[in-house]
Amino acid sequence: MGIRILKGGLLTTVQDLGRSGYQSQGFGVAGVMDVRSFKIANLLLDNPENEAVLEFTLIGPTLQFTSATIVAITGGDFQPTINGEPAPMYTALYMNKGDILKFGSARTGSRGYIAFSSYLDIPVVMGSRCTNLKSRIGGFKGRKLMADDYIGFRIKRRYLPFFLSRMLDINEFDQESATLRVVMGPQDDMFSPQGIETFLNSEYTVTSDFDRMGCRLDGPFIAPKTTSDIISEGIALGSIQVPSHGKPIILLADRQTTGGYAKIATVATVDIPKLVQRKTDHKIRFRAISVQEAQELYREEEKEYAAMRNIIHQPCKEVLECRLVAKRLRTLFEDQ
Amino acid sequence: MQKISILTAGDSSLLVQFGNEIRPEINRKITSTVQLMKEQHIEGVLDVIPAFCSLLINYDPRVVSYEDLKERISGLLKLETKAGAERKRIFEIPVCYGGKYGPDMEFIAKNAGLTEEEVIQIHSSRDYLIYMLGFLPGFCYLGGLDERIHTPRLATPRIKIEAGSVGIGGSQTGIYPMDSPGGWQLMGKTPVKTYDPDRKVPILVEAGDYIRFVPINEEEYMRIRELEERGEYRCVVHDEGEV
Repeated sequence: MGIRILKGGLLTTVQDLGRSGYQSQGFGVAGVMDVRSFKIANLLLDNPENEAVLEFTLIGPTLQFTSATIVAITGGDFQPTINGEPAPMYTALYMNKGDILKFGSARTGSRGYIAFSSYLDIPVVMGSRCTNLKSRIGGFKGRKLMADDYIGFRIKRRYLPFFLSRMLDINEFDQESATLRVVMGPQDDMFSPQGIETFLNSEYTVTSDFDRMGCRLDGPFIAPKTTSDIISEGIALGSIQVPSHGKPIILLADRQTTGGYAKIATVATVDIPKLVQRKTDHKIRFRAISVQEAQELYREEEKEYAAMRNIIHQPCKEVLECRLVAKRLRTLFEDQ
Repeated sequence: MQKISILTAGDSSLLVQFGNEIRPEINRKITSTVQLMKEQHIEGVLDVIPAFCSLLINYDPRVVSYEDLKERISGLLKLETKAGAERKRIFEIPVCYGGKYGPDMEFIAKNAGLTEEEVIQIHSSRDYLIYMLGFLPGFCYLGGLDERIHTPRLATPRIKIEAGSVGIGGSQTGIYPMDSPGGWQLMGKTPVKTYDPDRKVPILVEAGDYIRFVPINEEEYMRIRELEERGEYRCVVHDEGEV
């Protein structure tokens, strides 16, 4: 009982919140790129916060279920279908044995997530189930998923209370630009006032050098005072480093643990999903906020998750909306 | 010792800066701070990354706020600890310098105003302390590169550098343990796998060990490479006990 991969898509990996605690040995954290979509996928199924999911990029996978389970799909819109019928996102979906869940290319966003109520049977390596592609450890054999791979489930969990209420009205990634809030530093003092001015008041373009490691932007030259070389030091998630070529590179989930370019600022944790769901040629702007504001935003997002949990744990209010209910019930009866 | 400062690195990390130079004393201070943090177990701290002269502390701002953690770390930095005696374990790393193995050798020599032979002689004539591992699994940051061959990094980093490449980045030298993007000037290549995830011990060296580069010719390179592919090559290690 589990899922069989019929098509792997462009880059489909098993991910969770990452493997922290080993960065001093040069092992990166990895983990999901879009933590928000990841958390909402698990939340819709009352899964533990750090339960492993599949993350897919630009072109999604095709999966066949070898046993029944419940799934939730979040992130960019990869036009999912179940046995050829369009399937809603941000909704708990009952999957029958034999069902084929197919994702197309990303209509909005660039990364999608699917969580499973029966939990993927992936061994825990150094405290995490996530795939570290660079170190070739964790996840499914340390690599991306390919056709004919099979992942089992750890438990049977085919019932969730308030099943009909488990849907959220979320569509966050249909814009082609984003303003990222940033905390200045740690090396903003290495850039000229004009360089800082340019950074905060210019529009940058997402280039095709955009992967799980980082996102290179193109746009106006950010001038350092003298050089942007520093003695190599640890790198935080969302660090915006600016090498001598003056173009920002934002470091993401598969970033190196350390590096030797000055970092002008760091993207606020809550705004990283906005960046990782962009595509080539999308536009990015930066706005400076204080570290206290950024931490307040972080805590507020936690409250937002709590409110979502509240919504999906209410008895269904739309009982009179027959078409909606009928649509949801149909999948249930088809199972009988 | 320079003044220690605590800088912000976003909403979930602090950067403790222990001055701005590569010196064994500074590095030892960082090692002892990491040790103290382990002993005191600070709630909310997820991970630390010790480096040459800085320590990045990753934390969960839901558990501990910026102000509280900064205060906690400031207090901790006032406590002095004595680092223990050093042992000296030296790993010999054979390197085929220049030519196709070191595409930037010509630039390095020109930049230094030396011949390639002189650059090789300088690079391979001393033992380098491993200050830290980072950037990639098993990547060693080595201290003590002779000032005469310091070379600026590439203005635009390369998209792919092959495993085993030996290079110079500013005042640092090192080996790429696996294929990776990077901005260092490449001077040679070692046939030794410094990182191999399929080996029982994936990473050979530890922080605190030393590396000695030994010049080899192409023929020797191919011979060692073949042994390494079969898993039969053993690195030459000198154990000199305490310094």
